[in-house]
Amino acid sequence: MSIDLQTVKKIASLSRISVTDAEAEAMVPELNNILGWVEQLGEVDVTGIEPMTAVIPNHQRLREDAVTDGDVRDKVLANAPQAEHGFFAVPKVIE
Amino acid sequence: MSNNLTDLTVAEIRDGFRGGDFSAREVAEAFNANVAGAKALNAFIVETPEKALEAADAADKAKAAGEALGALAGVPIGMKDLFCTEGVQTTAASHMLEGFTPTYESTVSGKLWAAGAGMLGKLNLDQFAMGSSNETSYYGNVISPWRRGGGDNAALAPGGSSGGSSSAIAARLCPAATGTDTGGSIRQPAAFTGISGIKPTYGRCSRWGIVAFASSLDQAGPMARTVRDNAILLETMSGFDPRDSTSLDLAVPQWEANLTSDLKGKKVGIPKEYRPDGLNAEIAALWDRGIEWLKDAGAEVVEVSLPHTKYALPTYYIIAPAEASSNLARYDGVRYGQRDLPDGAGLQDMYAATRALGFGPEVKRRIMIGTYVLSAGFYDAYYTQAQKVRALIARDFEQAFEKCDLLLTPTAPSASFALGEKQADPLAMYLNDVFTVPASLAGLPAMAVPGGLDSQGLPLGLQIIGKALDEQTVLNAGLAIEERAGFNARPDKWW
Amino acid sequence: MTESTYRIQGATGEWEVVIGLEVHAQVTSQAKLFSGAATAFGAEPNTQVSLVDAAMPGMLPVPNRECIRQAVRTGMAIDAQINKWSRFDRKNYFYADLPQGYQISQLYHPIVGEGQIEITLDEKNPDSSTKTIGIERIHVEQDAGKLMHDQHPTRSYVDLNRSGVALMEIVSKPDMRSPAEAGAYLSKLRTILRYVGSCDGNMDQGSMRADVNVSVRRPGEEFGTRTETKNVNSVRFVMAVVEHEASRQVDVLEAGGKVVQETRLYDPDRNETRSMRSKEDAHDYRYFPDPDLLPLELDDAFLEECRQSLPELPDAKRQRYEQALGLSAYNAATLTADADTARWFEALLAEGARIQKKSEGEVAKASANWLLSELYGALNRLGKSLEDSPVGPEEGAELLALVADGTISGTIAKQVFEIMLETGDRAPKIVEEKGLKQTSDTGAIEAAVAKVLADNGDKVEQYKAGKDALFGFFVGQTMKAMQGKANPQVVNELIKKALA
Repeated sequence: MSIDLQTVKKIASLSRISVTDAEAEAMVPELNNILGWVEQLGEVDVTGIEPMTAVIPNHQRLREDAVTDGDVRDKVLANAPQAEHGFFAVPKVIE
Repeated sequence: MSNNLTDLTVAEIRDGFRGGDFSAREVAEAFNANVAGAKALNAFIVETPEKALEAADAADKAKAAGEALGALAGVPIGMKDLFCTEGVQTTAASHMLEGFTPTYESTVSGKLWAAGAGMLGKLNLDQFAMGSSNETSYYGNVISPWRRGGGDNAALAPGGSSGGSSSAIAARLCPAATGTDTGGSIRQPAAFTGISGIKPTYGRCSRWGIVAFASSLDQAGPMARTVRDNAILLETMSGFDPRDSTSLDLAVPQWEANLTSDLKGKKVGIPKEYRPDGLNAEIAALWDRGIEWLKDAGAEVVEVSLPHTKYALPTYYIIAPAEASSNLARYDGVRYGQRDLPDGAGLQDMYAATRALGFGPEVKRRIMIGTYVLSAGFYDAYYTQAQKVRALIARDFEQAFEKCDLLLTPTAPSASFALGEKQADPLAMYLNDVFTVPASLAGLPAMAVPGGLDSQGLPLGLQIIGKALDEQTVLNAGLAIEERAGFNARPDKWW
Repeated sequence: MTESTYRIQGATGEWEVVIGLEVHAQVTSQAKLFSGAATAFGAEPNTQVSLVDAAMPGMLPVPNRECIRQAVRTGMAIDAQINKWSRFDRKNYFYADLPQGYQISQLYHPIVGEGQIEITLDEKNPDSSTKTIGIERIHVEQDAGKLMHDQHPTRSYVDLNRSGVALMEIVSKPDMRSPAEAGAYLSKLRTILRYVGSCDGNMDQGSMRADVNVSVRRPGEEFGTRTETKNVNSVRFVMAVVEHEASRQVDVLEAGGKVVQETRLYDPDRNETRSMRSKEDAHDYRYFPDPDLLPLELDDAFLEECRQSLPELPDAKRQRYEQALGLSAYNAATLTADADTARWFEALLAEGARIQKKSEGEVAKASANWLLSELYGALNRLGKSLEDSPVGPEEGAELLALVADGTISGTIAKQVFEIMLETGDRAPKIVEEKGLKQTSDTGAIEAAVAKVLADNGDKVEQYKAGKDALFGFFVGQTMKAMQGKANPQVVNELIKKALA
């Protein structure tokens, strides 16, 4: 499965990384090289094999339902590029 | 014991401080001075001499008052800048997180401070821990203190991603440091710089507060110059954390107290697939010496097979980027970190601009690969297939461990290389992790220990891979090699 | 099960509407799904946010047992398959209300599989047709935060208080065929959730909202292309969306156009749906299992506790009210339509049976009638709900007991109830203080009857000539003379005797 410039741009857009045309063009052979290489996995016979879910056998623990956190607005907003009136601020979104 | 405090191991500092040979402050000052004098290595992103002194003074005071001392009282260490440290900038070596000051402390770093360790600074690394040569940091390359013999002054790679850690330890800027290992990021840099490092079983060390790269692979671990020092640090770093769902709810063994280099009754497996055609002859020779050393320590050696070894690297380069593409989605310029808001940009434009600005080329490359392999129509062919092959790789190890107790392999396919040498070809760089990635995929404990120097005068390492949760056997075999290799080479100071 | 006959009359013939609902119900819990921050409604912005909810670097999710438990209990209540092995997946997309850049949800292995809900188109009508609506699945996921667009001219503000609150997404099969069915389904689902206690059902606070999938087709043909109208937050609006969207689609098709598969938004002010083109950015959610979490494995003890803790559910309760308590279909349906009403009624019943030393069945009819007519009437007048009723079940039971044992008449009981509402006093005290006890003293009543008959000689003549209806007049006059305190049965007997 070889990818072209259009695909690279689509992936960049899905990844929310803006790329110039030149950057996208440079990425085409680079990504194809890597993807072509990982595609050798296709030759492995995986009949009857379940995809790995937990690398070391372990089971999901569940928390008790108690309020133990929150009420730390200062900490939550401390590193915000733009915080106003207790909110994070972003460019206006039109829905 | 050396007269120079910065030549001491963690165990020697701990014991010397307790025995009154020197004060914790003297130790901290000596390492602070080395750090301050080693800018040329670019091992630190942030230096925190005041933190080191603060911890040292607290240790001295506690000792004077006859109070109980923490396991690492009086020991200053370096902290990889992937661990969130409260009040101290944490960047993951990215522009994205430049200026980010966590309001929280990672579980692992918190345990180290609680045990009395002091922080010398935040160590440089490959950006978001993605790289094998420390050339992807936004804050510049880390330089290895090692140089090739014969007057070749080429700057060499300290390995990656924990290259700041490896360089700093090898150059005696700190006696030990934290690392993280996703596909070899502790072991390969340790091998490149002639030090030791262990990645414990997945789940031993909490991931809470460590900037995530690939969640199912990331594990913290120590790096130091001796196996004993690694055992000491790992005991403090490990332990159950209810805030990490993948943390193992198990007691921490007494690895240091149970250290022994007597391997009688142990079987060492030698996986034949780790000796491909064209394996570097010096590395092959070191491996053979390693086999002899383990035999000498009483172990029996058997050949084993790990048939899916050749697929480990491609498996890794699907799973790790896939997880990374999602883990790094939170860097969007809204709640922390950099924001790039071009004139008239809407929300989605802001994301794209911010992420283009904040991520380096290798990070972007991996996010793009990860996004692609998870995208509609490709998920099963890439991701599901990779998770199945991963299961096969883990099964290979299980079957091998029916015949042996540990595995011995080289750590990396080559010694350190010059900076810039492999940068043009991402794939060639990825191949550095060929021997370390399989154990990561299977979540197994694995350690790098130095075995000797190659003909250029550069360190080479051996890797020991153990059964899940059997860090003790890994450390013991490491100690057996350490004692027999007698590795005491150190880089000449040029910085 | 009956086939719906709801049809849209187009210019070219009849069309049938096909509806499926995806309901997001906020799970009732103290803390969020993956963090210990509180879930309460209406807090100051970003005060109920942990570092996990804000997706700070290195933060990790740990699931809340109660949220899992509530989803399982809900699944059991709709007779669904409970999956003992399930898993959380990440749904990846970028938006300002989604701090992680992904929503933790369940795509591949949801916790609850197929189930069903029986709806009755007219709950109050015992002959109304019923229909079974299939449930595809229930999965657990995180809610997103909230964006405010009206606080600043060029900026939107982000509040993460809701970020990470647990939701159940309850996905129906496309089994509904009319606005009424969609409305009945949503009402019934809400009733069940409130009975189970897994969601408070407060639609105006956003605790329950529906994505409405609508398509149209010629009766009996293949499904048409559907649209999804997002976040509809009342039963009435869901019905309006179906009606509007179906006729819009018919118009499009009859004009020779094609229905576009898209996300739409309902505007209640204009009663129309419109396309959300701004969100139509090619979606590719790149779902994959969340590597920060392990598969969720539920053991038998956990499931057993969930099952044991389930209350009697509305259908079973309604049946019991009809069959064991002898209530009318209408009363049974009304009393069970809401968990709080049923709870109130059952408290009234228990207390009544206790005071009167009778079985619940013996006091049920009077209790139901009083609750549905007297109490509801009063509450309506006062603009109050059952929850803040000034008269509680115990006080009500006392009042009814006084009627049942003949201490007061039904007429007097109404007066006593009014005084109870006004003063907060209890019935026995009021009756005692105001001397409202009814009398069965035949002497006094006989005297009153004699006087009434004497005063109305003409009417006695007419009665005797065959005008039976006048009997009620004599009773009324006698009661009036007795100031309502005469035992009506005794009055009846004595008048009959006197006129014989």
